[in-house]
Amino acid sequence: VIADVGYGMTVVAFILAIYGGVAAAVGARTGRAALVESAQHAALGVFVLITACFALLTYAFLTFDFSVRYVASNTNLGTPFYYRITGVWGALEGSIILWSWMLGLFTLIVVLRHRETARELYPWALATMLTILAFFLLVMTVAAPPFQRQSPVPADGRGLNPLLEDTGMITHPVALYLGFTGFTVPFAFATAALITGRVGDSWLVLTRRWSIVAWYFLSLGLLIGGWWSYHVLGWGGYWAWDPVENAAFMPWLTGTAFLHSVMIQERRRMLKLWNISLVILTFALTLFGTFLTRSGVIASVHAFTQGSIGMLFLAFLALVVLASLVSIAWRWDALRSTGELDSVVSRESAFLLNNVLLIAAAFTVFFGTVFPLLSEAVRGVKVSVGAPFFNQVNVPLFLSLVFLMGVGPLIAWRRASLENLKRNFLWPVALGVVAAAVAFALGMRSSLAVLAFATTVFVAATIGVDFVRATRARRRVGERLLPAMGGLLRRHNRRYGGFVVHLGILLIVLGVTGSHAWSVQTEKTLQRGETAELAGYRFRFDGLTAVEESNHFKVVGAFTVSNGRALDVLRPAKKFYPQEQTPIAYVDYRLGLTEDVYLVLGEFTRDGAQATVKVQVNRLVSWIWIGGVVLTLGALLAILPDRRRPA
Amino acid sequence: MTRSRKFIAGGAVIAAALAYMIYAGVTQSAVYFVTPAELRAAAVPGKAYRLGGMVLPGSLTWEPRSLDLSFTLSDGTAVVPVRHKGTPPDLFGEGRGAVVEGSWNAEGYFKATLIMAKHSEEYKAPHDATQTGYQELIKTLKGESAREAGR
Repeated sequence: VIADVGYGMTVVAFILAIYGGVAAAVGARTGRAALVESAQHAALGVFVLITACFALLTYAFLTFDFSVRYVASNTNLGTPFYYRITGVWGALEGSIILWSWMLGLFTLIVVLRHRETARELYPWALATMLTILAFFLLVMTVAAPPFQRQSPVPADGRGLNPLLEDTGMITHPVALYLGFTGFTVPFAFATAALITGRVGDSWLVLTRRWSIVAWYFLSLGLLIGGWWSYHVLGWGGYWAWDPVENAAFMPWLTGTAFLHSVMIQERRRMLKLWNISLVILTFALTLFGTFLTRSGVIASVHAFTQGSIGMLFLAFLALVVLASLVSIAWRWDALRSTGELDSVVSRESAFLLNNVLLIAAAFTVFFGTVFPLLSEAVRGVKVSVGAPFFNQVNVPLFLSLVFLMGVGPLIAWRRASLENLKRNFLWPVALGVVAAAVAFALGMRSSLAVLAFATTVFVAATIGVDFVRATRARRRVGERLLPAMGGLLRRHNRRYGGFVVHLGILLIVLGVTGSHAWSVQTEKTLQRGETAELAGYRFRFDGLTAVEESNHFKVVGAFTVSNGRALDVLRPAKKFYPQEQTPIAYVDYRLGLTEDVYLVLGEFTRDGAQATVKVQVNRLVSWIWIGGVVLTLGALLAILPDRRRPA
Repeated sequence: MTRSRKFIAGGAVIAAALAYMIYAGVTQSAVYFVTPAELRAAAVPGKAYRLGGMVLPGSLTWEPRSLDLSFTLSDGTAVVPVRHKGTPPDLFGEGRGAVVEGSWNAEGYFKATLIMAKHSEEYKAPHDATQTGYQELIKTLKGESAREAGR
């Protein structure tokens, strides 16, 4: 019954979304407000229906309704309550529901927020959003229906993929999809701008906060994905340049470029065409990522079930790109820049260079990801490029980007004088050089690491210089220190929000550099009571115990970690799920600000007298997660309502 | 030189640098995907390969103290002996598909630096070792770039 009701609701929602999209478009074209209003009701209806689908599927999970195929293949009687809820979006069909639900929610927020304020653009934006929503509902109806009946009804389900039984799995897809769907809103308004010919600043200003929010959630999704990889997959890393990771990273790169280039348009009325293209590209890349990972053309860790869904996404992607190109060509004259760059040494150039480098990085990731397809098509051999390729090409790009992060916000608009450069960059450059010297003196020999470290210090110093100077200026007019600083953050929240985000990125850069340059690992087979050593730590194997859990049992090893004094007992395990043929590692670690101790249990003898263990000491990795927290604070600061009054 | 020329020249320099970096990156880190039969036909010692096949039942040995792992990969027509140092990763075992990365050793075995086993949300066991079973397996493995479980 549930399957039929759910399927029926999906179909109705699909029809309603199509109707709403058409009604909004016709209403916008003819100026009939009643039609637009009707489309708004349709949007509300679609959202209610998807919410009901979502609730129904969750109910089916909670009550173990194995007559729904999706439930049967992603849960079983032993799945804990908590993971029965997250299991709802644990696989393809459910994740599409989650995606559509967010899209529906955003459509509704667009209705509420922009109905009154953006009379010309809004109806077209609504039409665009409803059309995209209709596409996702089409996917839910034909290609990946979550509500499919299963008969005969099995006595028990297959169970959730054990790797997904983790808190990271609740938040990772949610954050990532909020990012993906969030970029739909700027895209919808850009489309509206192209259709109406109002390609000026209004669509940018309207969607400024949307872009930041979408970018933030995409960043968060990537970071949580890294954390999940680090503490679940047990290979000791957080990023593997896997196609699925790349699929989410490409729109992040172009989205980052977009966040920066809009500032030039706001300030100098330039780059209209560039900005529209960037937002289209970003949106297209979110679709491309889904196509890439769901079509099976490039298999990856996530290797989701394949099917017609990839082709459906490819077709929609082609449609979006084609329609966008046509409308850009149509509005070509209006999109041409009115301003011109004055000097190579200016903030505009720095931002432009930042954009070029981000696009270059996005292209590199794209190229590396589809390289196996290219080489097979061109030369008939399957050749792939792995992590070395991505690192080798991207590291110089990213280092340059970090450097520009210091230059861009401080260098003068239009044309920077020597005076301006000296005033802003003398101290930071000096500090960067000192940092490099200190790092070298302390025994840091990897030139890349020294360079990364010096650049990080330079950028942090530019932020410090700016903040100190602005605080002093406020102090001079009589404000006290703390109110001066607080007022600065509050009144120029976008600027300082950006700075705080930059600080977060710097911490992430620090963590990535440290973990690449200084992490060490070893692998040892130990008898009970025997000790292994790594990087000043001693690991004593104390034995194995077996533990029964609700849906699996696990063999837990105990290892006493000490560095002179006893620190901790770490308990890495292997989990045995009845539905899986081989066990799954469960890592244990001790996180620290300078280094993490990370243990993975390997093979062991049944009597528990001997076990193989992989030991890693990973340096500075925690700063990646701390950077994520700082980035969150910065993004929050940046989206606070503007309080600056016109002077 | 006018200003716009400067920008065009700058853009050209960046594009050229990127093209060079990508070219160098590809030539240095390209890994050829081969089946055991293809490797047997033309193995170049020292060249980086990604070899995919099924771990032959009965071929797997592992020495816990020295961490020496050896097994034979097969595609139904040819077999390749593989050696690796390290713990066998999760999802790795006899009769199952695996992709290994490494190079052909002049002494007559494949030296693997990395063993990749498949993680997927709906894992299906490989079929019995019939010819068609192998072919299906190879087909799935060809597109394979699974999480490097052996790192």
